[in-house]
Formats: sequence, C-alpha cells, structure tokens
Amino acid sequence: MGSVAIRGNDLNKWFGEGEAKTMALREVNLQAEFGEMVYIVGPSGSGKTTLLSVLSGILRPNSGSVSVEGVDIWGLSNDELADFRLNKIGFVFQDFHLFPRLNTAENVAIPLILRKRDWNASIAEAIKYLEIVGLEGRADLFPMKLSGGEQQRVAIARAMVGQPDILIMDEPTASLDGDTGHAILKFVHGSILNEKRCIVVVTHDSRIYEFASRILKMEDGRLAGTERSAV
Amino acid sequence: MVGILKLAFKLLVNDKAKFSALIVGITFAVFLMMFITSMFFGVLNHASSTVINIGASIWVMDPAVQTVSNSVGMPNYVLDAVRSMQGVKYAVPLYSSGALVKLPDGSYQTVTVVGLDDISLFGRPALVSGKIEDIYAENGFLVVDDAEIAKLEYPKLGSEFELNDHRVVVVGLAKVSTSGLYGTPTLYTTYTRAVQYLPNPRFTISYVLVEPKSQADVQRIKQEVTSLGYLALTKEEFMKRTADFFVYQTGGGTNMLIMTLVSFIVGLSISGQTFYTFILENLERFGALKAIGTKNRELVGMILFQVGFTAFIGYGLGVGICTVLMWLARLRLPSYAAMETYANLVIAFVMVLIITAISSYAGVRRVLKIEPFDIFRG
Repeated sequence: MGSVAIRGNDLNKWFGEGEAKTMALREVNLQAEFGEMVYIVGPSGSGKTTLLSVLSGILRPNSGSVSVEGVDIWGLSNDELADFRLNKIGFVFQDFHLFPRLNTAENVAIPLILRKRDWNASIAEAIKYLEIVGLEGRADLFPMKLSGGEQQRVAIARAMVGQPDILIMDEPTASLDGDTGHAILKFVHGSILNEKRCIVVVTHDSRIYEFASRILKMEDGRLAGTERSAV
Repeated sequence: MVGILKLAFKLLVNDKAKFSALIVGITFAVFLMMFITSMFFGVLNHASSTVINIGASIWVMDPAVQTVSNSVGMPNYVLDAVRSMQGVKYAVPLYSSGALVKLPDGSYQTVTVVGLDDISLFGRPALVSGKIEDIYAENGFLVVDDAEIAKLEYPKLGSEFELNDHRVVVVGLAKVSTSGLYGTPTLYTTYTRAVQYLPNPRFTISYVLVEPKSQADVQRIKQEVTSLGYLALTKEEFMKRTADFFVYQTGGGTNMLIMTLVSFIVGLSISGQTFYTFILENLERFGALKAIGTKNRELVGMILFQVGFTAFIGYGLGVGICTVLMWLARLRLPSYAAMETYANLVIAFVMVLIITAISSYAGVRRVLKIEPFDIFRG
C-alpha cells in the first residue's frame, strides 16, 4: 500500500435542527491510500454521498476533520478550498453534468481553462485525454450525439485532464447499462488507477465490485465495516 | 480569466434559440426606446427652430409666451428701455408671425414670416443663392430652402407670390440649421416690411433680441426686464421653456414616458425571463463548475459577461435599426421630425443597463445559492 491520500477523523454531519435533525454521518473514521480504489457502498440514505462530499471539500462536516495529503482541507478558506478541488480532485458525477452547448473537447478542457491555461493548449490536452478514454475523433461532437457510455468517458476524461491525485466517482454506473458500466470501471481500474492516485467510488452496483481494492459499507451514517479488501 | 469568459461566450452563443431571443428582446426594447425618444427630441428641437436659427443670446418677451411660435406683441418702448439698460451691447426687434401666401396657381399656403431688424438684419440666415442686400429691394423676401419649400412650388430668384394683397419677390434662397415644427415654409424680410405687409395688432414687436456686453451682465438685464413687467430668457432657457410646454402642457411628455416604460417592460420581460430560463437550465452545470473548483466571483463574472455581451449587441442593433428606419423615413419625408441625440442614446443605454442588471441579478442569485452538494444529491 502507498501513503495516505485521504484521512477522515470522527466525522459527524447532520441536517436540520431539533426534531427535524437527521444524522447523515456518525463518528466516521476512514483513510484511503494512493494506489487504492476504495468503494463506499450501502443502501440509499446511508450517507454515502454525504461522506463523499465531506471528503472532497464540498460539504463542511459539523465536527471532525479531513486531511488530504496531510492538509486539513476544512481549515482552508472558501477560495483555497475551490483551488484545492480544482487542483487535487477530479469529479465524475452521477449524471455526468456535461455542458450540452460545448463540444466534447471543450467539456473535457474545463478544469484546465479554470486553471487559466491557454484555450488552445487546453483543447489540445483535452483531445489527448479523449484519445486515452477511447474517444478519438469525437472531439468536435456535442454530448447529445454521444451514447451514455461515451458521455461517461467524456466525464472521466474531464476529471482526469488536470491530472488530479484523487478521483471521486459518484454512482458512475447509475446511468449506464450493465455491460457499459462494467467496461467503464474496468477501464478506470486498468488505465487510470496507479500508485500515485487514489480513487473513491460511491456505488451500490455490485456488478462492479470486482475492481475495488476495498469496499467500505455504510449504514445509517456509520461505517459498518469493510466488506472486502484488496483485489 | 479570458478562457473563462470564452467559456461563458460559447455557453451563451451556442444556445442559439435563447441567444436569439435575448438579442431580439433587447434590440426591440432599445429600438422602441430610441424611436420614441428620437421623435420626441426631434419635435422639441423643431419647436425651438426659430430660437436656434436666430441665435440671439437673450430673448425679451411678454411673460405669457410659452413657445417661440406663439408670441405676444410688445410696445416699442420695451425696445428703447432694453437698449438703455446697463450691460446691453445691442438690442434689436424681431417680428415673427404666421401668414397666408397666395401662390401663382391661386392656391393658398400657410407660411411663417420672420421680420429682421432693418439695420443689422440680426439673425439672418445663410444664403445659398441671391444677395442679402436685395432684402431691401422692393417686396424683397428670402425663402428658406428646406423640405417645406416644395409647398411654395420651388420658387427661384425672382419668383413672386402674394402676401395679404402685397407682392412678394423672392430675392434669396436661404439655409437654416433647423426647420420648423409645423411644416410651414419660412420667409424672411425686414421688420418694417413685415409689419407693413401683415395685419397686426396694436403692438408689433414679437421679441427683443439682446446681446449682453458680458456674461456677467445677463442676470442684471434679466432683472431689469422683469421690473418692466416683461420676461428675459437666455437662448437655452427659452428652448427649455418651449420644450417644457410640449412635455407638460400637451401630453407629449406623458406619452413619451408611457412608451418608454412600455419598451422597458417589453425588453425586461423578454430578456429577463429568457436569461433567467437560460440560467435555470444551466443551473446544474454551474453547480458542477462550482464543485470542480470555480470560485463564486468567476461564476458571477461569467454571468455578467454573458448579459453584458448580449446587451452590447442588442443595444447596437437597436440603435442601428432605429437609425436606418429614420434615414429611410427622411428619404420620403425630408422634414421628418426625429432626431438621435446623445441624450436619447444615453437614456437607451441606461435602460439597457437596468434591464441587464435586473436580469443578471436574478441569475446571479440562483447561481450563488446553488450548493455543489446538490449536484451530488442529484
């Protein structure tokens, strides 16, 4: 195993107050290391997405801390946190969230453009990543012209183009058929995961469990244990 | 930031339907606004044409006068009294009245007759043909060669018509900077001849035109004229008095305000609603951008750029269409009373700024409120 990429300590998160208070995370402790592909699984409402958001610097916990590569991310200012997400984390959203009015290359280039890289250089880099995810020759197409699997690959290319250390994937197979979902995760496991990268996947699709290094099970906001470790 | 703005630009213009709707909304609003205000400013300008063309610094008149075309005769002593005031460099009488001329074909045409001071001819127009001294010749009149000259059957030097059974001989054709509002041809002659040829009430001086020795004397002259029971106004004040009459006494100002408000509401409803829909449709993507690492100020910058760009294009198109239509109208109606001024360009621009500010405010609020966590939650 590599060094620690993400460490969450005593994480608590609740929504609402008084009688409406709902505990989403209860005393969660976990760590993910470089070279790992960690799955967080559990039934709906168990707190998977909340945990993912807290770990990636999107949702502030009510108590506890998250350190990424040794940096306490919830001690950062809002702007620093935005920079942290932009530079350290790649996101693959459940519904892809591609921009329908931008072509695939422009969609992929977004993180580089946000980093204020030159437009043409960003597009050139994006095209390289489209080739890596097997979408060579699709750079000028708009997302509507792509299949669900292809759109997911575009989303992965967008998450990867900035070469983040950590890749966050939220229900990556939810919008795909079984075979496509399996192929996508196989590709991620085979081509994206390496010893300098940590991938955290939230899913409840058991068909892709085979690619997990570890599977952390959540129930009622708690980590209920490790279902399986090491592929 | 250039890349982010380019991103915002592509998001905007690639949504052709919404971009077109936004442009149409703002263009239409600007066009309406420009058109109404141009008409209004044109009318106001033409209403003050005599003041502009004569060009005197101070105008002395009866206090009942509301517009330059509706003068009230003053007795001769007013002219003498004004000439004797301290600070007056010179003062001359001016006659201005409507009249009917009988054309060679027997038809009658309403005209405006301006009688200039016999000695100085102060306020005379620039001649395009003829000699100014011929105005002293028997029955000598100048005709203003503007869009209305057609109503006098395009007279040449030497052409004749009748004015109150007096012979009128055209001895010069003149140009003035501004034509009159009422579409009547204008004739210039000497004050004495004007008074002789036209039926008049007891007092015949329409205005006393005054040139002060210095700007510092203006206030004193005005006070002394007031003490005589008359009114002295600077050129600008007289134009404003005339404009105020049309704005407040004729309903013209109210109409313009209503039409301006209508164009504002039309522009705001089309542009505001379309832009807000555009933001709503892209809300999740803006949320995704936030999650990826875009700062709030960058998102606000993107939205302001999109609104600003649309406003700029819409403003340009609106002003352009208005200008072209007014140009086309002038081809058909040379005295078409519409005028684009810096004032109405600025008014339309401010209106566009308000429309875009309101449109973007709603959009910015929604984008700032969206939490990246909502993107994860779907």
